[in-house]
Amino acid sequence: MRIAGKGLIDRSAPVSFTFDGVRHGGFAGDTLASALLGDGVRMVARSFKYHRPRGVLTAGSEEPNALMTIGRGAGAEPNLRATTQELYDGLEARSQSAWPSLGLDLMAVNDLAAPFLGAGFYYKTFMWPRSFWEKLYEPAIRRAAGLGALSGRHNPDRYERAWAFCDLLVIGAGPAGLMAAVTAAEAGADVILADEDSLPGGRLNAETIALDGTPGAAWAAATVARLETMPNVRVMRRTTVTGAYDQGTYGALERVRHHRARGEDAAPLETFWRIVARQAVLAAGALERPVAFRNNDRPGIMTASAVRAYLNRWGVACGKAVTVFANNDDAHRTARDLVAAGVHVAAVIDSRPDAPTSDAYPVHAGSVICNTSGRRGLDHITIRTPNGEERLRTDCLAMSGGWNPSVHLTCHMNGRPTWRADIAGFVPTPGSVPGLHVAGACNGAFATGDCLSQGVAAARAALEVMGLRAPDVPVPQADDAPYAITPLWSVPGKGRAWLDFQNDVSVKDIRQAATENFRSVEHMKRYTTQGMATDQGKNSNVAALAILADVTGRGIPETGTTTFRPPYSPVAIAAMGAGAQGAGFAPQRLTTSHTRSVEMGAPMIEAGLWYRPSYFPRSGERTWRQSCDREVGYVRNAVGICDVSTLGKIDIKGPGAAALLDMVYINMFSTLAQGRVRYGLMLREDGHVMDDGTTARLGDNHFVMTTTTAAAGQVMAHLEFVHQCLRPDLDVSLTSVTEQWAQFAVAGPQARALLNDVLDAPLADGAWPFMACGAVSIGGVAGRLFRISFSGEHAYEIAVPSRYGASLFDALLARAEEMGGGAYGMEALNVLRIEKGFITHSEIHGRTTAFDIGMERMISAKKDCIGKTMAARPGLIDPARERLVGLRALDGGRLLAGAHLFGKGDKAVSAHDQGYLTSVCHSPTLNVGLALGFLKNGPERYGETVRMVDHARGVETMCEVVNPVFFDPEGGRVRA
Amino acid sequence: MLELKPKSACDGLLPLSVGAFSLTEEPVGRITALAPLRGRAADLSDTLSRAHGMALPSVGRATGKAGARAIWFGLHHSLLMGPDPDPALAAVASVTDQTDAWAVVRLDGPGAETVLARLCPVDLRAAVFKRGHTARTQIMHMPGSVTRLSERAFQIMVFRSMAGTLVHDLKSAMEAVSARG
Repeated sequence: MRIAGKGLIDRSAPVSFTFDGVRHGGFAGDTLASALLGDGVRMVARSFKYHRPRGVLTAGSEEPNALMTIGRGAGAEPNLRATTQELYDGLEARSQSAWPSLGLDLMAVNDLAAPFLGAGFYYKTFMWPRSFWEKLYEPAIRRAAGLGALSGRHNPDRYERAWAFCDLLVIGAGPAGLMAAVTAAEAGADVILADEDSLPGGRLNAETIALDGTPGAAWAAATVARLETMPNVRVMRRTTVTGAYDQGTYGALERVRHHRARGEDAAPLETFWRIVARQAVLAAGALERPVAFRNNDRPGIMTASAVRAYLNRWGVACGKAVTVFANNDDAHRTARDLVAAGVHVAAVIDSRPDAPTSDAYPVHAGSVICNTSGRRGLDHITIRTPNGEERLRTDCLAMSGGWNPSVHLTCHMNGRPTWRADIAGFVPTPGSVPGLHVAGACNGAFATGDCLSQGVAAARAALEVMGLRAPDVPVPQADDAPYAITPLWSVPGKGRAWLDFQNDVSVKDIRQAATENFRSVEHMKRYTTQGMATDQGKNSNVAALAILADVTGRGIPETGTTTFRPPYSPVAIAAMGAGAQGAGFAPQRLTTSHTRSVEMGAPMIEAGLWYRPSYFPRSGERTWRQSCDREVGYVRNAVGICDVSTLGKIDIKGPGAAALLDMVYINMFSTLAQGRVRYGLMLREDGHVMDDGTTARLGDNHFVMTTTTAAAGQVMAHLEFVHQCLRPDLDVSLTSVTEQWAQFAVAGPQARALLNDVLDAPLADGAWPFMACGAVSIGGVAGRLFRISFSGEHAYEIAVPSRYGASLFDALLARAEEMGGGAYGMEALNVLRIEKGFITHSEIHGRTTAFDIGMERMISAKKDCIGKTMAARPGLIDPARERLVGLRALDGGRLLAGAHLFGKGDKAVSAHDQGYLTSVCHSPTLNVGLALGFLKNGPERYGETVRMVDHARGVETMCEVVNPVFFDPEGGRVRA
Repeated sequence: MLELKPKSACDGLLPLSVGAFSLTEEPVGRITALAPLRGRAADLSDTLSRAHGMALPSVGRATGKAGARAIWFGLHHSLLMGPDPDPALAAVASVTDQTDAWAVVRLDGPGAETVLARLCPVDLRAAVFKRGHTARTQIMHMPGSVTRLSERAFQIMVFRSMAGTLVHDLKSAMEAVSARG
């Protein structure tokens, strides 16, 4: 019901929306909750566990009941709070936790079964039999449990992450926050003022308090308007600061377009901010807490401050005959404001015998409410007065158990709040978060005048730390009274008195937990589920622990609070991970030949961040194997071209270059002649293999190292570590040139002929033996040529500056195809290297040593190197270790990587495990299945037959243990 | 003789503009990594000044101007951007050609730092990160380099192979900022 002339809504801008398919009307400036209440809708949800009818309880982000699904289709978003959802034309809201409908919810039978569903119900009931849990219990509980569901489709909304930096972050734009922002802004500080509401002002927008005679809301609007004209101030509306982290970093969620219909423009739905502030002021305000009494959860029962907010900010009377139940003076304001607006106040029930009286409405001092009635909404309350019980007709009850300062952020770095008996609440312990100053209601200051002056003081303290001079800021006079309270947590009596509306936890449940010895507040929370889910116990934590304290005979400070952790209010994972959905998960590194490879139909495989062609299909080929076999044939019989630019390339320069290489490689590099290339292996400090590759000496003080694609970053970091930390004495510099050079393998018997066709000058006869390197000119471009081979064939790698990569690839390919060859991809490359027994990171996977791969004799005796000592440990040179071997499939069987090896007659169980396969292929050259693997005493067992068993895929194959170099073991082809 | 056609890192990707922002490939010319030999940083700075008109930049700074600029690029590393490196540099520094290693783009527009604030965890406010300031930092998920060129323009560099992702990420940020109005 709307009250004419009240509120900050725009009555000239009516807004139409639907709730559960029914059309309703509201106004610009409404929240979904205020519009529903304005239209007389009281029941908006069913509770999570017992499916009890529930209405709007609060007017803020702490709302436990009025959670709704907004929108439809893939972008529908569940669990949004109607109290913070701004109204827009065409908004579609649906209720949750009810089946088949809100009015007729069959799951409400849970409420009848309540005696069996109390605290610890799950733990006690679903223990046995164990096998029932996944199949029966969990699905059933999930179906019955409340809260909304995701659409199950990809999220179509855009989200955003962003960083912001400032001198002072002010959290909350109520009276304290506004004064802090004004003070700091006038001192010239860079200020960010963040407020979770769309309308800054905090409680000033919800009360009838005047500042210097101006209505509070108008003062707030004018102050914000002034701040927004200042270049050093950024006012962030709809932005909830959700967490306090190290070094002045705060997380914040901005709801950028929840208040507008979803459109096609690129504005994000939400932005997750990381705000780095030199200093911060917390002015987060306080949250009013309910009182626990029997049936205190009916629609129509709300917090007193919410009833006031709906009246003053949105012009909505939440009932025709309103009652107020309180233990403090503040709640009497609700009655006064209602009466002033012409709403009937049936009674004010105050638990304090000395409650203030009024001539505008009856006050029952020293009285409590002990029960309520009304099936889908409140219609009567039962008052227990000193003279007995009486029933009273009312359709709205405004309750107040006092206020809880919003201390949450001050606890995010392990701070614990301090109990203040005079306000019956916890306040922040000073210094809990470095650089965070606390002001206003979140600091226990409940009178507006105190909030204003604390805001100034907090800003002054922050400015002093930053060395800025604080200006004299006039503090307006507020006309509200101080706050008096006598604690009342729950009304004794029969029945269920609700504490946690979101999780259906009652006073009884807390008592039950204590009885069963879950006496620690953290245990009680987990046993009863109090304080979980989206509201994180904002409405119930303090009352629950007060009752626990009472039951266990301890004081409230001794009982303590549970741990407040970020986020303060829910943050979508989509916002935190914005931009990283799908392909955004990682950058894509594309080679210069990428476009051409894709045009050729090559499927791409990811190698680290790189995309490399798997194979190049030709028409008529039905399987990848056909393409792969053909490409292997190119290299073995003619010439193949492969982009190898993805391998890491590191320029190592300076007088200390050779010494650095001797330190990191197991073999000697200082003896390498200019114009020559050497294979090298490097170990980690623990003696296991880190990486392998070739290093070329291009000049006396200039080497270029190649690494594997996968370990390029790791090796670069390793070299920097060795240089900076272990050998700072060496004059050497390291520069990654991976991206500078596009490099292509030209491999096969026709490789030299092909190069002679494309190079500006043909390679001289007799020059360029195996492992030679040097400068060449191609198309007038200075390139590098390396005669190295990963296929066992006569092969080269030619490098040109990357801008020429695409063009060179095309040229090499065209010539290769004329010569009966062509491009080969990763599959063929892998077959070629397995046939030759060359290792990759499939073999040097982090647990193998130089000894395991048969390279222990490469460890130079003439020098030290990283990992040398550790590699010599007896356990790492034990002949019985699993060591590299080749395996040849017998009887045409399949070999599978990851399969394990067993003795011919042994049972295939782990006790008999002899080793495993790391790389497998079908060799088109030898027409047999080949594998590399590790086998106990491997090299001593050539000729033996072992059994490969793949338990996961159910495959068994007998295979022969052989030397890992299957093809051309003499190496004649590579030198030809 | 074979003819090799050059392709720039952002070939086919740029230029583009969104709202008041534009993104172009920056034609920086030669890029040369310079690492002073032991104890020769001052000599390198002198040689740079004589040959190319700018001092060796200190940490987080850029020297020179458009067409001939040096930017700090990490521990004992700077990039000379623009001219062909003077041969005298090799006597006092390790000199490595990096012309083709980096994709270099220019983001231009009023409040360009608001676009970068979506991608970089660095304080780029005009009063803090002034013209002549540079940072090695993260751009979304990529390691890179950001240098302020003017009140409204930044130079952004990532590995050449990541040019496509860089343009995608910058474009998304430009769109999101522009759509806010």
